Amino acid sequence: MKNNAKPKRAAAADPIFDIVDALIMAVVCVVIAYPLYYVLVASFTEPHIVTSGKFLLYPEQFYAGGYQRILKYPPIWSGYRNTVLYTVVGTVISLCVTIPAAYSLSRRDMAGRRFLMFLFTLTMFFSGGLIPLYMLIRGIGIYGSLWSVTLPTAVSVWNLIICRTFFETSLPFELYEAAELDGCSNFGFFFRVALPLSSTVVAVMILFYSTAQWNMFMNALMFLSDSDKMPLQVILRNLILINQVNQLSTDMTAVAEQQKLADQLKFGIIVVAALPLLCVYPFIQKYFARGIMIGSIKG
Amino acid sequence: MLTTGGKKNSASLLHKLTQTLSYNWQLWALLLPALIWLAVFMYAPMYGVTIAFKDYNSKLGILGSPFAGLKYFRQFFSTNIFYITLRNTLIVSGQQLAFGFPVPILFALLLNQLRFARFRKVVQTISYAPYFISNVVVVSILAVVMSPSGFVNGFIQSTGKAAVLFMTRPEYFRPLYVGSGIWQSMGFNAIIYLAALAGVPPDLHEAAIVDGASKIKRIIHIDLPTIAPTIIIMLILAIGNLMSVGYEKAFLMQSGMNTSVSEIVSTYVYKAGLVNAQYSFATAVGLFNSVINLILLSAANIVSRKTADFGLF
Repeated sequence: MKNNAKPKRAAAADPIFDIVDALIMAVVCVVIAYPLYYVLVASFTEPHIVTSGKFLLYPEQFYAGGYQRILKYPPIWSGYRNTVLYTVVGTVISLCVTIPAAYSLSRRDMAGRRFLMFLFTLTMFFSGGLIPLYMLIRGIGIYGSLWSVTLPTAVSVWNLIICRTFFETSLPFELYEAAELDGCSNFGFFFRVALPLSSTVVAVMILFYSTAQWNMFMNALMFLSDSDKMPLQVILRNLILINQVNQLSTDMTAVAEQQKLADQLKFGIIVVAALPLLCVYPFIQKYFARGIMIGSIKG
Repeated sequence: MLTTGGKKNSASLLHKLTQTLSYNWQLWALLLPALIWLAVFMYAPMYGVTIAFKDYNSKLGILGSPFAGLKYFRQFFSTNIFYITLRNTLIVSGQQLAFGFPVPILFALLLNQLRFARFRKVVQTISYAPYFISNVVVVSILAVVMSPSGFVNGFIQSTGKAAVLFMTRPEYFRPLYVGSGIWQSMGFNAIIYLAALAGVPPDLHEAAIVDGASKIKRIIHIDLPTIAPTIIIMLILAIGNLMSVGYEKAFLMQSGMNTSVSEIVSTYVYKAGLVNAQYSFATAVGLFNSVINLILLSAANIVSRKTADFGLF
């Protein structure tokens, strides 16, 4: 009896595997988190220490000069304002279009819903492409406006599928039939029964759409023209990747000093751009995970 | 509702239609905004694709522009840029598939078997973080971390070697693109596998433990087969997206010095169309890209139907 029990427990526990697994996971965490942490620490550290290229664990010499300059740089603030505007407007439009449509497509008595769904899913795999969309945006006169960056992305078919699957699986058709017997219309049922029961999926949609809208870059670059309408992502790219940082530090005399400060400023700008989402995500990530799972129930 | 007779077929069809509409009109009203969106922003551009076969002239419009046949396709296929962009697209997305596809699966399998529940939660939360960061920020972080004064080069220099210009040298474009892609999406892509792993019946593991199977054996013989269908769906989708991957990131990582490897079909469409205003030519190139994509997706679907008896459509 004793002899039998021993290997059993060993197999169940498998300590070597557990230790190796934990070590691998710890390394994965460090590799994922360190670059983010490094940028944050570097943004608060004296420039000459940062540019010496060592691993930073904490700000060895505290320095906030980068942030002082960023605060005085107007395009960052106009970028922030635009990004918030586009995110709020874009998300509201997306919700108003996606959720009712998903409900309607989830109803099994909706005539032709398979065909309609096919029309939506087809666009996931085949689209007109960049140039026809650009010409359309110009043609219908929304080029350069708020609508050019919120309407083309109003529906994500992927989100529509997640939402529809949610309604299909969590709202029994019998519920509607019962409501109908009591004289409830489709509108009434959607607004007074379906929506209140769907706060999870609404939360997931808000998160998916607002993250996408906050991070939007290419559409803004293509469909907007005035520099004061550009969202934060475009400003950030101009400053860091096309190296326009020098504009922020014109009062420095020595060119080498100026370049050093310019390098330093990049860290602060990255932090300013990435921080809002990184602060919010720990609280919302479980909804993200849930959203993915809702969508994957039906494959 | 059964239709009554052959003669009245069209009349009864109309009758049926009005009846469903009057019964369901509110459902149609809820769907209407999305349908309008679909028609305007998805299907109207599909009609706009016809300019690939025309000499587009903005004064004449899409309909009025003269027919050009396959002129722009020939123009694209006859240039060197066709081979370069196609090769770059396939190599970078092929590498992304080869490395980026298995990593989330491996990560999910290992995370799922991690003993300590608290630690598992922490790892999972950290692993999602990069998914919330925009491509612009990711490429910016790459640029500062990989710069000659960043810590990666600091480490290389401390071993006595010279600093490497990661962001400008062409040979580093693909590793950085694929590597940062794994960094961005590993945790997020693992969610779907973790969800599937949660569905593994616990008695399978218990039985295997009784038989003395090690954890690695249980991962290979229990966990992996359970998530195989999910893996296949994700693989079909990934293959279907081979030609359309990450054009925003490629665009952001592009510099004058690495275009020999970083110019992919979609960044070329952007340049030809929006920078150089060659609308018809760029549309033709984009259409070529979409068609290849559709072919790849259908092929992956057929293969999966034949071999695994499972497909997306």
